[in-house]
Amino acid sequence: MKKVLYRHLFSKILGLSLLFFSISFYAQEEAAADAGGGDPAKGKQLFNQNCAACHSLDRKMTGPALANVESRLSEDQGLDKEWLYSWIKNSPGMISSGDSYANAIYAEYNQAAMTPFPTLSNQDIDDILAYTAAPPAKPVAAAAGGDVTLTPAQSSGISNEVILGALALVFGLLVIMLVLVNKTLRRIAEANGVVLENEKAEKRLPIWKAFAQNQFLVLVSAIFLLLASAYFAYGWMMQVGVDQGYAPVQPIHFSHKIHAGDNKIDCKYCHSSARVSKTSGIPSLNVCMNCHKSIYEYAGNPEGPSAEDLAAGHTNEFYTAEIKKLYKAVGWDEENQKYTGETKPVQWVRIHNLPDFAYFNHSQHVSVAGIACQTCHGPIEEMEVVEQFAPLTMGWCVNCHRETNVKMEGNAYYEAIHEELSKKYGVEQLTAAMMGGIECGKCHY
Amino acid sequence: MASNKKYWKSEAELNPNDSIVETLRQNEFTEQIPVDEFLGDKENLSASNTNRRDFLKYVGFSTAAAAVAACEGPVHKSIPYVVQPDNIVPGVANYYATTIADGFDFASVLVKTREGRPIKIENNTDAKVNGSANARVQASVLTLYDSKRVQGPSANGEPVEWKVLDATVKAKLGSLKGSNRQIVLLTQTYASPSTDKLIAEFKEAYGENVNHVVYDAISEDAALNAFNEAYGERALADYDFEKAELIVSFGADFLGDWQGGGYDSGYAKGRVPKHGKMSRHIQLESNMSLSGANADKRYPMTPTQQKIALAKLYGKLNGSSVGGGTSDVDEAVDKVASELKKAGSKAVVVTGLNDVNAQTVVLAINKLLASEAFDAENPRYVRQGDTAKVGKLIADMNAGRVGALIMDGVNPAYTLPNAEEFVSGLEKVDVSVAFAFNNDETAQAAGYVAAASHYLESWGDAQFRKGQYTLMQPAIRQLFDTRQFQTALLTWMGSEKTYYDYIKETWSTDILQGGSWNKALQDGVFVASSPVAQEEGAVAASQAEAEEAEGESTVVPIASAIRSLVNAASTGTELVLYSKVGMGDGRQANNPWLQEFPDPISRVSWDNYVTVSKADAEKWEVENKMVADGGVNGSYVNLTVDGKVLENVPVIVQPGQAVGTVGLSFGYGKKAGMQSEMATGVNAYALYSNFSDVQSVTIEKVGGEHEFACIQSQKTLMGRGDIIKETTLEIFNTKDHAEWNHMPHVSLNHNEIPVTSPDADLWDEFDRSIGHHFNLSIDLNACTGCGACVIACHAENNVPVVGKAEMRRSRDMHWLRIDRYYSSEETFEQDNEKKDGMDGLWGEKGSLGGFREMEDPSANPQVAFQPVMCQHCNHAPCETVCPVAATSHSRQGQNHMAYNRCVGTRYCANNCPYKVRRFNWFLYNNNDEFDFNMNNDLGKMVINPDVNVRSRGVMEKCSMCIQMTQKTILDAKRDGRVIKDGEFQTACSAACSSGAMVFGDINDNESKVAKLKEDDRMYHLLEHVGTKPNVFYHVKVRNTNEA
Repeated sequence: MKKVLYRHLFSKILGLSLLFFSISFYAQEEAAADAGGGDPAKGKQLFNQNCAACHSLDRKMTGPALANVESRLSEDQGLDKEWLYSWIKNSPGMISSGDSYANAIYAEYNQAAMTPFPTLSNQDIDDILAYTAAPPAKPVAAAAGGDVTLTPAQSSGISNEVILGALALVFGLLVIMLVLVNKTLRRIAEANGVVLENEKAEKRLPIWKAFAQNQFLVLVSAIFLLLASAYFAYGWMMQVGVDQGYAPVQPIHFSHKIHAGDNKIDCKYCHSSARVSKTSGIPSLNVCMNCHKSIYEYAGNPEGPSAEDLAAGHTNEFYTAEIKKLYKAVGWDEENQKYTGETKPVQWVRIHNLPDFAYFNHSQHVSVAGIACQTCHGPIEEMEVVEQFAPLTMGWCVNCHRETNVKMEGNAYYEAIHEELSKKYGVEQLTAAMMGGIECGKCHY
Repeated sequence: MASNKKYWKSEAELNPNDSIVETLRQNEFTEQIPVDEFLGDKENLSASNTNRRDFLKYVGFSTAAAAVAACEGPVHKSIPYVVQPDNIVPGVANYYATTIADGFDFASVLVKTREGRPIKIENNTDAKVNGSANARVQASVLTLYDSKRVQGPSANGEPVEWKVLDATVKAKLGSLKGSNRQIVLLTQTYASPSTDKLIAEFKEAYGENVNHVVYDAISEDAALNAFNEAYGERALADYDFEKAELIVSFGADFLGDWQGGGYDSGYAKGRVPKHGKMSRHIQLESNMSLSGANADKRYPMTPTQQKIALAKLYGKLNGSSVGGGTSDVDEAVDKVASELKKAGSKAVVVTGLNDVNAQTVVLAINKLLASEAFDAENPRYVRQGDTAKVGKLIADMNAGRVGALIMDGVNPAYTLPNAEEFVSGLEKVDVSVAFAFNNDETAQAAGYVAAASHYLESWGDAQFRKGQYTLMQPAIRQLFDTRQFQTALLTWMGSEKTYYDYIKETWSTDILQGGSWNKALQDGVFVASSPVAQEEGAVAASQAEAEEAEGESTVVPIASAIRSLVNAASTGTELVLYSKVGMGDGRQANNPWLQEFPDPISRVSWDNYVTVSKADAEKWEVENKMVADGGVNGSYVNLTVDGKVLENVPVIVQPGQAVGTVGLSFGYGKKAGMQSEMATGVNAYALYSNFSDVQSVTIEKVGGEHEFACIQSQKTLMGRGDIIKETTLEIFNTKDHAEWNHMPHVSLNHNEIPVTSPDADLWDEFDRSIGHHFNLSIDLNACTGCGACVIACHAENNVPVVGKAEMRRSRDMHWLRIDRYYSSEETFEQDNEKKDGMDGLWGEKGSLGGFREMEDPSANPQVAFQPVMCQHCNHAPCETVCPVAATSHSRQGQNHMAYNRCVGTRYCANNCPYKVRRFNWFLYNNNDEFDFNMNNDLGKMVINPDVNVRSRGVMEKCSMCIQMTQKTILDAKRDGRVIKDGEFQTACSAACSSGAMVFGDINDNESKVAKLKEDDRMYHLLEHVGTKPNVFYHVKVRNTNEA
């Protein structure tokens, strides 16, 4: 009861503090909006939709950093908002018209022309500029929230210990009580003159001798022991070469939890060849750079790292350092926003080592059968470090082929086969095994 | 003492006073091994608490511990691309259309690449001309990964950089410009419009003294000159054998490499009986060639006899009388002439005689017949070598008139009969550059070696036949620091252009006529809709000229040609040099697949040999014999031509070899730039005097025996008509198929029932009516025995190369073999009759003597080829005897083999009636004992990643390319569509350009293979065994109808 009470209390504190910070944040934004005549909240949305792929607020990317761009331009270059309007709406036009600053910027950023946004209204641009003028919110709230969330986690740990301790105490008390009761009973018996038959008991055969003399029991237990040890020996032998749970340390700590779990990136976005090839493919680094060109640091979840993460050292700085490892491998010069050409391919440690003599085709399972990756790979989206989820034994494969119904609807290939096989087996749903999916040669050639 | 020679092991021995020498003479080591010191130390020994038993225990435990520790799996690394190319998806093959034009083989092909590595060559079915890859072209993908490749340019044996080489050559060329010393480009035949243009520009750049000499190692000079004389263009007439109803060949192996090859698919189409008709093929030849083996009627004749026969034939057709010459060919000539007259324009005559008179006469005969199969208007350009120019070049070189010699695609120091002369001439050339693939004889003699690129690394184009253009594109980046000849020429001309740009430019201006470059590149072929404008005028003019000339002068050259032909006289034994299907001119001699490829006729691998007829063998007392280890041995002879002696040439007694002739193949005996295992055979080019493939030879038997790696010791069929069924066109047309395609019967309750009847079956039938049921059809009429399927299978299925010694022990690993059978009588039919007529053991018709006689093929036997792979029996004998169920059956008709389950009892191989299972006696990969492509990283790049590399102690066999059928099924499932007929292929059926092998799903009633299975000619191999195979054959029909 106590515990529940605490939790409520803490969540209330958390809620209150968040409310407080958000109020102050909105206050800031509103202040900024008043100053620029735009709505920073709307601006943020527009910025993320249109600009964020190439611009960041406080950092040079494909294009320049945009924090306070309006004031910066008017102060440094003497350019007004009108210039910005026309630049955003039609930058190539500005460059060809010979505008000096437009050409300077064009030259500075590797002659990568900015996409023109003729659809943005002046009000939209005002909103965006308002957002850029507002100082970016520091993740103060998150840090504070982190501190708050830590406590309940600790409290639950303590409560477990308390329960265990209490239980131990209760059991201890019970034992003491029993001893005391026994003592009291003996005393009563002595007082009443009852003789305890301890001497008789000593004459009885010790139980192990009795056991040894009973040949039948010995035989049965020997057989049982042998069978049991054979069972365990067999079990041990069968796990030789089965690497279920294998979770090697990788050269770059890539968190599937963050990518597939928190950010809900589709597995096949990165493992695209799983759709068409037998291999799922380890994504090449250029795929990483599709996003990581703009995601250069790990900002973490709004509440900050969990206790678990902290315990493992998975702080935001840690993740950011891993992103830098990627940059090094792919040869990305963050400073100048270009590739140096000095690459160092990443040597990942292979987790799922299917032997060469077994043929497995991802596209058959992913594209044709429509099986979720998680069926074989487990809850990848929850794995901070990926481990082999399934045993990848032949028994495991065959079992699934026996039990799983093949998805045949709407596939012209299966039409005739389905009709004939359904008639033959008298069932509506067919398994892979019924189609010959467990024949040796289907996987071994 | 027989000899006074003193043998010594080290210099010290020469000093009589050396004490060490004295000591060594008495003892093995100079000092005593301190055994006593160790064993004598009793105290220490007894104090040691490790006794012998303990020692063994330790050894045991540590072994066990090591074994347990080995259970831990190794750590595998996976390294993805940093930037993945758009067109590469790991695990998915890409195909590119390209062209091989290496100077000997010309073909439009598709290259299969996996993860950027070319791993297989396939036919380009879009190509109208030479769209099929023969065995050598199939194997050329392994040549790309030749471990003996030249990996960078060098000067006098020292590696240099390309810029150094460029600077030297450029300076030299500049200094020679305008001088009277020649700049010579000695090259292979390119048949390339862009290269021709480039060389013309090179001539412009460096002036009049540039001389381009085209050199074919195996010359077609006579045919080129004869055609030039008749039609005003140095080219080769084209033939479409599909249109011919009668083919008469005078020593032309047109199914082999005759005039550049590529004729087999057209030929095979005409050979399949349709509506009761098929073409008739008469071959007059001396060596038993592939074409001769396929002929309906074969006359063994010496080259001299062929010439006389050809002259007389012309006389017969022309109505003029040709006197002189021997009369022993008259009978044959009469028959051929009457047949030709009857067939008229449906007939065609070809000749392989390297004699300009013979070639002229053949052109005249085809014109006389108005042969539909003969096409002089769209000639072929695949041979352009000019021996006269080559001869002049060597003279010029020796006279010091050549300042610079640049060679590409040629190896004259190996292929020239007067190679020494060439090499001595080379020394007098100031700068010599050899574009070389291996460090071959020429590269070793040349000053500069320019490392040449493989065709799979190069850009290029070719015009095989007039108006038929093909493009060559690289399928992989240069593996080494190599460059193609054309790129170098551009550099030396000071051009900034790449050769790719150059070709594109040439094509868009001269060839494409507004067509799309990208489409041409994708298809690999481009057919000019009308002859190119500028050429048209030239052709018309030359034709008009030729026609004009005809009216006045043709009579004279023909008459003189006839006269010289008919007066041909042989001088003793004639040596006929030829090229083998597997080796060609020898430029791919370092390719282990080709070395291991058994010759279709002799079935000998890893060797060349002199073929002699049985009569001559008896005369010279040479022989082939089977020896105790199961191999075939042959005698050695010395061949002497014009005082040149080729020593210790092994002999193969060849049935069908014309008496008075012997044959010897080119392409062997290469030593330089070769791995020692591959340096086999003798060099026949040494006897190729005056580029004439017929030489007068003297033969002398020498001692010793040669050990052949011959994988078929059984030469004849011994009248076993249930292996190869054969009939004649007449019987085929007139009689019921039960007569010529007899179904074996078995006795059930004293009633004869057909063996296919369910009552004759012990097995429970497996239901294969649902889904796919694969069958492979092999038409013995269309199969020419070319062997492209053997190499295709090798490449597709990672079949290991086992080497000569293992081949000799019959441990070849080929999943697909092509059996060749000779008849022991004149025909197979007579064999059967003889066998059936046997009566008792002894006596005239006794089986003891009868069978012994049948072992020997007749002097001029009929030949039959039969590709045999796993027959994928529905009732497979192998499956029932496997103790571990490693081989099992599928409902798709394939007999599966799970290698990881196999324990190697070999029961299955013993129980297989077709002998198609192959046992891995050794580990053939990563094993220095088998130092072939699977033992080096470069050669391993050719391995197909979809097929297992088998280990030692495992049985393997044809899987009916299950990886290919599964891929087809998967693609269809993914696209959600029904599979069309023709999509299912095996490596062999895809490689078969003659259409002999057809693969498909017989549950699809509309499929070609289902229809073929219903054909009257269909039979199963050893039907009476009741195995119900999924491979079936079509009865061979011979057109013996003499008109």
